[in-house]
Amino acid sequence: MDKNRFFFEHYGLTERDLERYLTAALSAGGDYADLYFEYLSSTSLMVDESMVKSASQGISAGCGVRVIAGERTGYAYTDDLSSERILHAARTAALIASGPAKTPSVGFQEKAARSLYPVALPSVDAEITAKVELVMRADQAARAYDPRIKEVRASYADELRNILVVGSDGTFAEDSQPLARLNVACIAKTESNSARGSAGGGGRVALDFFFGEKTPEYFAKEASRQAVLQLDAREAPAGEMEVVLGPGWPGVLLHEAVGHGLEADFNRKQTSAFAGLIGKRVASEKCTVVDNGTMPWRRGSLNVDDEGNATQDTVLIEKGILKGYLSDKLSAKLMGMANTGNGRRESYEHIPMPRMTNTYMLAGQDDPHDIVRSVKRGVYAVNFGGGQVDITNGKFVFSASEAYLIEDGQITAPIKGATLIGNGPDVLTRVSMVGNDLKLDEGVGTCGKDGQAVPVGVGIPTIKIDRLTVGGTAKKEAGGFMQ
Amino acid sequence: MSSTQLETGNQKLETDLREIAQDIVRRAMAGGATAAECVVREGDEFSTLVRLGQVETLKESGSKAVGVRVFNGQRAASTYSSDFSRDGLDRMVKSAIELAKITSEDPFGGIPEASQLGSLAGDLDLYSADVYSLPGEERISYARRAEKAALDYDPRIKNSEGGSFDAATGHKVLANSHGFVGEYRRSYCSVAAVPIAQNENGTMQRDYWFSVARNLGRLESPEHVGTVAAQRTLRRLGARKGKTAHVPVVLDPLVAASMLDHIFEGVNGDSVYRGASFLAGKLGDKIAGDRVTVIDDGTIVGGFGTSPFDGEGIPTRRTVVIENGVLKSYLLNTYTAKKLGLQTTANASRGLAGTPGIGPGNYFLQPGTKTPQQIISEIKDGLYLTEFLGHGANLVTGDYSRGASGMWISGGELVYPVEEITVAGNLKDIFFNIAEIGNDLEFRGAMACPTIRIEGLTVGGE
Repeated sequence: MDKNRFFFEHYGLTERDLERYLTAALSAGGDYADLYFEYLSSTSLMVDESMVKSASQGISAGCGVRVIAGERTGYAYTDDLSSERILHAARTAALIASGPAKTPSVGFQEKAARSLYPVALPSVDAEITAKVELVMRADQAARAYDPRIKEVRASYADELRNILVVGSDGTFAEDSQPLARLNVACIAKTESNSARGSAGGGGRVALDFFFGEKTPEYFAKEASRQAVLQLDAREAPAGEMEVVLGPGWPGVLLHEAVGHGLEADFNRKQTSAFAGLIGKRVASEKCTVVDNGTMPWRRGSLNVDDEGNATQDTVLIEKGILKGYLSDKLSAKLMGMANTGNGRRESYEHIPMPRMTNTYMLAGQDDPHDIVRSVKRGVYAVNFGGGQVDITNGKFVFSASEAYLIEDGQITAPIKGATLIGNGPDVLTRVSMVGNDLKLDEGVGTCGKDGQAVPVGVGIPTIKIDRLTVGGTAKKEAGGFMQ
Repeated sequence: MSSTQLETGNQKLETDLREIAQDIVRRAMAGGATAAECVVREGDEFSTLVRLGQVETLKESGSKAVGVRVFNGQRAASTYSSDFSRDGLDRMVKSAIELAKITSEDPFGGIPEASQLGSLAGDLDLYSADVYSLPGEERISYARRAEKAALDYDPRIKNSEGGSFDAATGHKVLANSHGFVGEYRRSYCSVAAVPIAQNENGTMQRDYWFSVARNLGRLESPEHVGTVAAQRTLRRLGARKGKTAHVPVVLDPLVAASMLDHIFEGVNGDSVYRGASFLAGKLGDKIAGDRVTVIDDGTIVGGFGTSPFDGEGIPTRRTVVIENGVLKSYLLNTYTAKKLGLQTTANASRGLAGTPGIGPGNYFLQPGTKTPQQIISEIKDGLYLTEFLGHGANLVTGDYSRGASGMWISGGELVYPVEEITVAGNLKDIFFNIAEIGNDLEFRGAMACPTIRIEGLTVGGE
């Protein structure tokens, strides 16, 4: 399939049609209008009790029309790509404006785009039997890991999203975005105890990714290891203490604590705890945090964002100083700042807004072993579930699913899952050590905002936070965690 | 905005969804399926957000999609599409039949027996066209009035994420190869406000309030919604970081409903048959305090969780889940019931694709007799929880740890707001430790819970 002109070929769309739709969208005035065409095909498979219990495939297609007038946005969409329905959507979205009609700029300009995920055969088009093999192998490997592994659920999902974005400013961008993910969840049981473990990964990759470096066995072993380990976990402590985060997925800290608070829409509206802090210190000088949408094959990467702008590598915090926000077209224009190419949306049914891509902290100088050795008594957290943030007061949480006690500089017993809670604008000021071992996550992150889910990545080196509240249950600990 | 004319979403093509669903089932059977089930969904949505008095977004649209699940003996697969062209539907049916060749034989697979199928009779009062009856200007005015009431309430309310008005209608048809075909329409509308309050020192707090109803007449006034939103936001100003402590915790109805959701997840047949639930194997056991009675009822007229039949075409019913602390029933669909050797409770929920899951009807904790004020007044030192942050519940082990904020209780009074705290325990104990249940049960969604008091939780803070 030719990546270029997907909608022209499949739906008989022409540039003349696009101009007509944009003209209708600007029929009541407005500063800007755009069209987002989407054709999404997807596959999913699930094995449970060593049986392939479900398999599904589907297609959804549609077009969303947006009209911006000042700070106002009108939006309408259709899942029927006929001229009649798109024109109807365009006229509905146009109602946000109230003035004389405007004319879109003549002639679309297609910019040279990156090619961050050039797959020869998109995984959605690959043989289904190969995908069945992946989930079955994952199931077998998890069961083979340890006789205490009693329940295994392995799932595989992929999609290919073809998009076309055209704007009344001449924007014309197409992309073909593959995404694949393999997941293993298992339960270890003894007579007296059970525990769960899960692992997964993927990215904007072809199917051979899972037959090469990141095999089903790799994820299955990791999920099983976690489940068996948790069988012996003891109660987590409660209260403020030193916390060391392992590399990789614990970068979800950055996503919750600072990432959301730096999305430009919240700052334009002055509703973020980070509003007005550009140029101010928000982290220790060991911390440099970026949002980088340009990493090849990554789950959070995009050649162009969902407004047709090239993604970029944006510095958010440089040596502790807040440098910038993540913006989309609307916020960049209204705030008079550069567009960072972070305008994203879940689908054609949704209005784009500033979102993260791959958000991570750059590597520092410290040896990870030294970091652990420096802690007298604290928690070492290496795997997390999700997190959440209240961007207005800055409070955020993230939930550790694999963590250990650190006692006298040594990692000792595994502890049960516990929520960590802190304050976004100051948690990074307490980062006293940053490891030289930056790692990105395996490719499982999905971020939700205003009801819209988009794939993202996170990453972090090993870091030490001098003080963070750990939400455990342990009543009394020798070290005096309780008052 | 004076010249704005909004169109209501009534211009969609008139298509008989019943005919489409039945036709797809026929095509699947003709193509070699041994059983088939088709769902067609059509919906419209309208939403508007007004911020600081100005319209910020207006969204209006409709969409339609179809999904089919086919069986090839004991092998199942499903496909879905938004393309209703003859070719599109043919491709969808063909790929489902092809896909059902690669899945495993599952002895428990299949659609329900013909004798189980049906639809509740009578008007369940789920649909009212009046959610779209307001002219465009009026809809915007609902959103604007809710926000204005919040902004005008107190000078410390200085900013806002806006006031909103939303309306939606949905139409669902389900047909299967036993000849079942059923359909229903549902509507909803809501008004909400999200004000932001600011202290002299610049710290901000945000909270919200909303009203939701199946028809416009039952929606609370925008002024009421805005006022409550302002009060909820203002009481958070000046929050202190909580201290680590073991104290009684009172959960307001919204956060209590989130706690009750863990019982729902725990009795979900899908987790139970896999042994992935802290409540697996506990049928007939005491799992909660004597006062705890939990009901799931999909038949309540006008309810947010009501439907005439479940996702597999079985009439919904009332199920006592917990009676006086004893676990009486899991919540099941056809598959999980077969796996556990039980009868379905008609809780199948079905999206367009995949195997049916388990969803709630109107799911609630039976209210007690005390007012929330009485419950709080009986506590010397404790915590009144008004918000959870994060999702730290482990359904396999029952381990529970979440971020939270609320108000500190001292001498039976709410004395100051607290934030940046954690609340932790184990779900196996938490429901035994429900010491009080309020009389304030009110549905704002399919799950509802009155105010409850829980003992024995660890509050983590400084």
